[in-house]
Amino acid sequence: MLLRRKTRQAAPSWADYFTRQAQACKTPALKHLYAAGLPTEDSPIGEVPLVALDFETTGLNPREHAIVSIGLVPFDLRAIRPAAGRYWVVKPPRPLRAESIAIHRITHSEVEHAPPITAILDELLDALAGRLVVVHYRNIERPFLEAAVLVNRGERCLFPVIDTMELEARWERQGRLSGLKRLFGRQPPSIRLAASRARYGLPHYSSHHAKVDAIATAELFQAQMARHFRPNTPVSDLWI
Amino acid sequence: MEAEIQEFRDHISRYPPFDGLSDELLDEVAGAVEIAYFKAGTTIAERDGPVQALSYIRSGAVEVYRHNGQLSNRLGEGDIFGQLDLLRNRQVRYPVQAIEDTLIYRIPKPVFDHLCAEDEEFADFVELSGSSRLKSTVEQSQRDNDMIATPVRRLISRLPVMIEESATVQEAARLMTEHDVSSVLLIRPGDEEDSDRVFADADGRLWLLTGMITDKDLRQRIVAEGVSAQTPLSSISHGWLIAIQSSESVNEAMLTMLRNNIQRLPILHRRRPVGVVYLSDIVRYETNNSVYLVNNIFNRTSVKALARLTPEVRASFLRMVDEGANSRMIGAAMTSVGRSLMRRLVELAEAELGPPPVPYCFMVHGSLARNDQSITTDQDNAMVLHDDFEPKRHGDYFKELARFVSDGLNACGYPYCKGGIMATNDNWRQPLARWKAYFRDWIAKPDPQRLLHSSIFFDLEAVHGEERFVEELQDLIATQAKASPRFLAALARNALGRTPPLGFFRTFVLEQDGRHNNAINLKRRGIAPLNDVIRVHALGVGSRAQNGFERLDEISRAGALPAGQTDKLSYTLEFLSIVRMRHQAQEIKNDHEPDNAIQPEHVADSERHNLKEAFQILSNAQSFLRFRYPSPGR
Repeated sequence: MLLRRKTRQAAPSWADYFTRQAQACKTPALKHLYAAGLPTEDSPIGEVPLVALDFETTGLNPREHAIVSIGLVPFDLRAIRPAAGRYWVVKPPRPLRAESIAIHRITHSEVEHAPPITAILDELLDALAGRLVVVHYRNIERPFLEAAVLVNRGERCLFPVIDTMELEARWERQGRLSGLKRLFGRQPPSIRLAASRARYGLPHYSSHHAKVDAIATAELFQAQMARHFRPNTPVSDLWI
Repeated sequence: MEAEIQEFRDHISRYPPFDGLSDELLDEVAGAVEIAYFKAGTTIAERDGPVQALSYIRSGAVEVYRHNGQLSNRLGEGDIFGQLDLLRNRQVRYPVQAIEDTLIYRIPKPVFDHLCAEDEEFADFVELSGSSRLKSTVEQSQRDNDMIATPVRRLISRLPVMIEESATVQEAARLMTEHDVSSVLLIRPGDEEDSDRVFADADGRLWLLTGMITDKDLRQRIVAEGVSAQTPLSSISHGWLIAIQSSESVNEAMLTMLRNNIQRLPILHRRRPVGVVYLSDIVRYETNNSVYLVNNIFNRTSVKALARLTPEVRASFLRMVDEGANSRMIGAAMTSVGRSLMRRLVELAEAELGPPPVPYCFMVHGSLARNDQSITTDQDNAMVLHDDFEPKRHGDYFKELARFVSDGLNACGYPYCKGGIMATNDNWRQPLARWKAYFRDWIAKPDPQRLLHSSIFFDLEAVHGEERFVEELQDLIATQAKASPRFLAALARNALGRTPPLGFFRTFVLEQDGRHNNAINLKRRGIAPLNDVIRVHALGVGSRAQNGFERLDEISRAGALPAGQTDKLSYTLEFLSIVRMRHQAQEIKNDHEPDNAIQPEHVADSERHNLKEAFQILSNAQSFLRFRYPSPGR
């Protein structure tokens, strides 16, 4: 674990990247996102404005699949504010497949009347500006958003995220004993959202609605911080 | 409505004081919620900290402390705190700490103020604390009952079957067959502006309720007309639909059907369809009442025929519970059924054995005497014979009479008394003079056995025969017990033997009787000890009343308890009794034998607050009894 953290710190800093992008970007919303900046690496997590983000997509591959709904909710370690959150259904460039409908239950008719993602992209980027993004499983939200921005605005969009699933894996999957346990054929505990929440005594929410999942992620993050960290933990210990 | 608002709202709306809020206010609350998580052991509200919101416990548990650091309360899921500080516009007076990992929903002050201004019951609830909350619950259910009207939702037995109107007639027929229903409701995706028939499903999707298709429609409009089974439902829909709100009365539902000449009526909760009620449901409902039942009892000519009424007795009980009648009314009705059965059994016995050789009185004890019978009770009875009774000449007759009645009661669902408190027991079939000697003896020289007898036999009422015999015994008890402080003190001490289950937040104190290891016996730990306490006070003031509520009235008139105390006990008795009856009704509906064992995990969270408080009042009443009738020598 120590090793991993060191390599992360050795990478070019997010702050430099943001400064460069703020100048280079042509798209106003992107420019704004980067100009709003980031907390410094030693900022205590308790003082950082956060935003939990969740996408429902038609599949797992950002090159083949598309976003169908987006939920986000601003929060910090003291409070989560659903009323200040946002929710969009967007019309994917490709038609919906039956399997994915079964998962997120967003139907054809709902999507038909929805705007394409390009219409709401600026609003979305604005809502993220000035906040550190928290997701559960970073390999959906980050690549899908980057792909959407690239296709619709012709520019890159990258930012650090805190991944509650990765945090959960630190304790549930990478402890000294977990390798031993696996050696003896013990199933590692699930680090999916609902299972992780249950470990912190968080209630069951009906999932697969992007905004509910964003709220659920924010709650999980508060719980992880309360149990494993302190409000003065520097963000560089958490973000990826 | 947004999915997360629905999520919050579904939870909040299950708990008081939110359960009574209007749709709009609920939406407002759910839409304004802020969330915060607290690890077990952390402080949620610090003394003298600011209060900007009402806190609602979504999951977990907290402890509230007094100024001196003493524990004041424990709260769990669905409980609220901070309301008094909010109302008084002051800082945190009672600090709060999480004792489990806890998720709090905060309802901001402006929304809280708006709720208080808009909803009187909400305002009352947050204003009142402690025992007054139980009082308002009981008063509320009495108010409900005064309207007599049973809400039509009580008749709903299943969720409505719904189908999109773009589906074909054949698909509808298949669905109806699959669910074994004679009608389906038609819906189509709706949008917010549509009308008052738009509702959201569990996933937040909006639907418009457009109509209903019945078996008759399929026959008349499809089969008879030779129309294709592939026709979309929308093309045969009437385009109009009569429906009523689930809170409307059964009576209103019936009138609506008659007025419109229809046989079935979709029932809406607000705008969401929750069921379909048939005219036949209403007819069946109307015939199950207890007056009809009592008449029926006296028409039966054999024990077997009486025993066949047992299901009707249960149906009548269920109906009253469902109607929202209070425990006093149900108790009185069930007692009248029980006594009628017994009277009829005695008549049948006399018809078989011939007239009694000397006058006598069949009397009852326990709930039949107190006029508070529920659905399940052992028989507790005895016989008072005329003093001319001669065992050798008359003994066999009365023994036979007692056996006949006792066996008959057992056949009718009143099992034999395990403690042998029955007229079949030679000890409890005695001449009046002997009974008087018993009672005097019990009062003069109380020992554990005599006290046990006193607490059973001193609730007594005549059922059949010479009522004056029983009246004489009641008079004797009323005058002598009052004048015997030693007896009252002993009876009081005896009344403290059964304690309410007060460790019971989350870990209810459970019975260890082998059968209900995870349960609280509501009768043994609540109602019976409360009746014991009330009996001592009633005897202390020389009351002749047998019913708990009537005894409390007399205790109050005599000024034997501090002001307000008898009211509290009365609310508590009502609450515990009605919870027990509802529990038994539920058991019957689930095809279980009704009992008194409440499993804490099955108690609605909203009722748990009140239950806890009721047990606390009982415990206080026991403490007061100890103080009022101190043991000699202390």
